[in-house]
Amino acid sequence: MARQLYFEDLEAGYELPTLEKDPTTQQLVKYAGASGDFYQIHYDKDFALANNLPGVILHGALKNGFLGQLMTDFAGAAGWLRKLSVQYRGMDVPGVKLYARGKVVRKYVEGGEHLVDCEIWIENAKGEKTTPGSATVVLPSRGAH
Amino acid sequence: MANKVVTDEVRAQIGTQGEPRTYEVERGAIRRFAEAIGDPNPLFNDEPAARETRFGGMIAPPTFCRSLGSAIPQVKLDLPGFRALDGGSDWEYRKPIRPGDRVTVQSRIADIRETAGRLGPMVFLVVETSYTNQFGQLCVLQRSTVIRY
Repeated sequence: MARQLYFEDLEAGYELPTLEKDPTTQQLVKYAGASGDFYQIHYDKDFALANNLPGVILHGALKNGFLGQLMTDFAGAAGWLRKLSVQYRGMDVPGVKLYARGKVVRKYVEGGEHLVDCEIWIENAKGEKTTPGSATVVLPSRGAH
Repeated sequence: MANKVVTDEVRAQIGTQGEPRTYEVERGAIRRFAEAIGDPNPLFNDEPAARETRFGGMIAPPTFCRSLGSAIPQVKLDLPGFRALDGGSDWEYRKPIRPGDRVTVQSRIADIRETAGRLGPMVFLVVETSYTNQFGQLCVLQRSTVIRY
């Protein structure tokens, strides 16, 4: 497992390690099967084109999954993802790399828990933030054992 | 601006609940979900490694509940089209979901509101779904927004 981050290790402005994704049509089919979302715009090109789309597009929920991965990697096995919010503002298509990114906006102690709020997003190769969001994680503290 | 589609009668559907559904969470389904996202985190893939953590075993990744479909109450809307878009989700995580859990899923219509879009009225339906384990513990809450236009 990756090195565990502690509450004391970071401050507002800390940038989360970028998670790079290279989604393929095969990944969309796998996600359709694993999630049970069989809306054809995610795997049937003719259907997608007939619906005025540029081709098959990513499930919003798959991008939600990428941002979930970003945050559970950040929280580590000793942390806990408390809240995760995502908004689907733009379409993404297979064959174009995506980058899940985030930065810490606030850290605080509440109810005895060491909490970190993050601004998170997915951006495409053009730097467009297609999927903005936010997250809160509980991190372990070096002071509390 | 007066609401065109979301009348008092439509808003009266707020609070409507769908039928609860119960699922048994399979370990293989957790692994396949993590694999579909491309998430190699041992917590979601590797039982012996996960056993060494404070969770004491594998847990489900944050958006796994997307695979536990709920019965969403039908909202009657007088819209010219039938198009729907997934607008996003707000998740709150209280307890881990584990292999072998029996999770009961229930949705309710939490809000219905309207804005004027480029192509006409857009209706935002907020669906709140709860995921409760076999011990009666609320594990996950998801508020998802569906845009109909």
